Amino acid sequence: MSEITYLEAIREALFEEMERDENVFCLGEDIGAYGGAFKVTEGLQAKFGEARVIDTPISEIAIIGAAAGAAHMGMRPVCEMQFIDFISCGYDMLTNYVATARYRAMLPCPMVVRGPSGGYVRGGPFHSQNPEAAFLHTPGLKMVYPATASDAKGLMKAAIRDEDCVLFFEHKYLYRRIKETMPEGDHVVPIGKARVAREGTDVSIITYAATVWKSLEAAEELEKEGLSVEVIDLRSLAPLDDEAILATVKKTNRVLIVHEDTRTGGVAGEITSRISEMAFEWLDAPILRVTAADVPLPYSPPLEDYVLPQTADIVKAVRRLAEY
Amino acid sequence: MTQQGTAQGQDTADGAQAPGVSELTLDQKLELYYYMRLTRSLEERLVNLYRQTKVVGGLFRSLGQEADAVGSAYALDRTKGDILSPLIRNLGSMLVQGARPDEILRQYMAKGDSPTRGRELNIHYGDLVRGFVGQISQLGDMVPVMAGVTLSFRMRGEDRVGMVYVGDGATSTGAFHEGINFAAVQRCPLVVVVENNGYAYSTPLSKQTAARELRDKALGYGIPSEQADGNDVLATYEATKRAVDRARAGGGVTLVELITYRRKGHAEHDNQSYVPAGEIEKWAASNDPIDRFVTVLTMDLKVDVSVLGAIDERVMAEIDRATDEAEASPMPEPADALVGIYADPPEEKPLWFREGVRAAVEVNERPSSWGTHDV
Repeated sequence: MSEITYLEAIREALFEEMERDENVFCLGEDIGAYGGAFKVTEGLQAKFGEARVIDTPISEIAIIGAAAGAAHMGMRPVCEMQFIDFISCGYDMLTNYVATARYRAMLPCPMVVRGPSGGYVRGGPFHSQNPEAAFLHTPGLKMVYPATASDAKGLMKAAIRDEDCVLFFEHKYLYRRIKETMPEGDHVVPIGKARVAREGTDVSIITYAATVWKSLEAAEELEKEGLSVEVIDLRSLAPLDDEAILATVKKTNRVLIVHEDTRTGGVAGEITSRISEMAFEWLDAPILRVTAADVPLPYSPPLEDYVLPQTADIVKAVRRLAEY
Repeated sequence: MTQQGTAQGQDTADGAQAPGVSELTLDQKLELYYYMRLTRSLEERLVNLYRQTKVVGGLFRSLGQEADAVGSAYALDRTKGDILSPLIRNLGSMLVQGARPDEILRQYMAKGDSPTRGRELNIHYGDLVRGFVGQISQLGDMVPVMAGVTLSFRMRGEDRVGMVYVGDGATSTGAFHEGINFAAVQRCPLVVVVENNGYAYSTPLSKQTAARELRDKALGYGIPSEQADGNDVLATYEATKRAVDRARAGGGVTLVELITYRRKGHAEHDNQSYVPAGEIEKWAASNDPIDRFVTVLTMDLKVDVSVLGAIDERVMAEIDRATDEAEASPMPEPADALVGIYADPPEEKPLWFREGVRAAVEVNERPSSWGTHDV
């Protein structure tokens, strides 16, 4: 088995799921003949035809809304947002319609909304966003944000098979930068389960997506100083894996939360609050956050790199926690 | 009146020969009368219950619009599994599809055994088996959803048609535009019914759109349109039936504009101070859809008034029975609020301060309005 990229892993999951279940279909802008802006869906239309790989108008409301309607009838649509930044165009449909459907009307919405997310790519304010905080606040949606190629494949399969709507964020910085050999067989990663990306005993970093890799780099560096850093890759943001969070807090008693998304009202705030409620007495230091600054993400490299979390920031924060 | 879209090279050939109202039997016409009468009388019962504060939330009337709701829904084929998505003034459409008065009453009274188990208000509920989808309050959103429902019909080669209702106001939304455009491109078997009742809450049509007529919007999507007098139940049926037949024959989306008039406010609290003097009275006196249909039935079709009287009595008996059942129904168990957000997990855990607590308060206040009272 040869190694494949994070992007190819997602594509492989789409192929396998469409082959496994004829109810699975894809819709989105430029995903068919063109294969998608990042070529995630390349080859899908050639294999499965125009009826199951639908090129849509530029209409995020219609893409998400039509997916919901088809999902009510037993189909399993996978929607692509060309860039996840455009998910906000369908925000009403996701939050008011899809997220409430099962609860208010017992209408199932087994559907996936996926798209390239995240920065470090000089994409500017509308091609670099991390939208998770907006949807973390919406009961009825699930969210995953894989950091590895095998998780990308396994979580995509789980998302397509889930009975509810799953938002699947793909980090575009990772698309072609990381490679991995896929596990054999029908590889499904359960939604809601975090992963220990690196074992450690002194300080815990809780993170997800691209900053998992920056946290691992920081941990390498800190090991040379004699600090043992544990890195937790959340993988799923809704539901959050409280058990894994609690376990690492009890193990190291010092917690740093790292995310690429902006700071205020971000996922880190929610995790901090949960730790404070569940395990305040287990803490030996205040919980720290390394996040983006609260600004729209700028384009120019010196600006973008200043705003987004970097490995050196993580190293600095872990040292501060260790010294506390 | 059918109007073809003018898109070049478009093959929007009418499927079957457009049927005339003559194909409806007298029994079917009496059934139309039954549904219109049931709609009106059920809403009148709801007004009584609202005034007794037994209806907890807002009350939405379709007074004067019963014909457009009933006549259009009647054009669907319930034996084929057609599905409609109603709007707030489509109680009549839902009754045609098999919604029951007791369900409507339980919904309005927020009962635990209402179709949404007390989670949603009024006629916001659905049943895919009987063929209606629960709407949400964000106007226009059901157009993309029904585009998806009918896309699934097409993908699976099913002989089914969908119908979605919007008001004049919803034609201004982005969701309407995106949904109808998507459905048109995909040639979904969908009928988009635009009920033009003159007002969106307080906003008249002249402030809603600069379009000469709402049916004109069909041109921009390359789809045919129909227009009918929505207060004439037979004309409504006929125009909508043409659209349904076209959809079933593979002709794609049709926009059907039904012209009617909203004689009550947006909801029961609305005193309609924005309506020009005499306008409501004029419609009530000279263009009531039930009065008009009674005239057709008794004058043109020589139906004896006693036949209609018997239907009226049957309607009242059904509503009385449904009211008794709904009033006797229990309110929901408070902690049921935590059930069913996801398939997995099936329910949320109670927050720590609610553990071991059955009800959050001893008496649930039932305000007489939402604070929007201006009567």
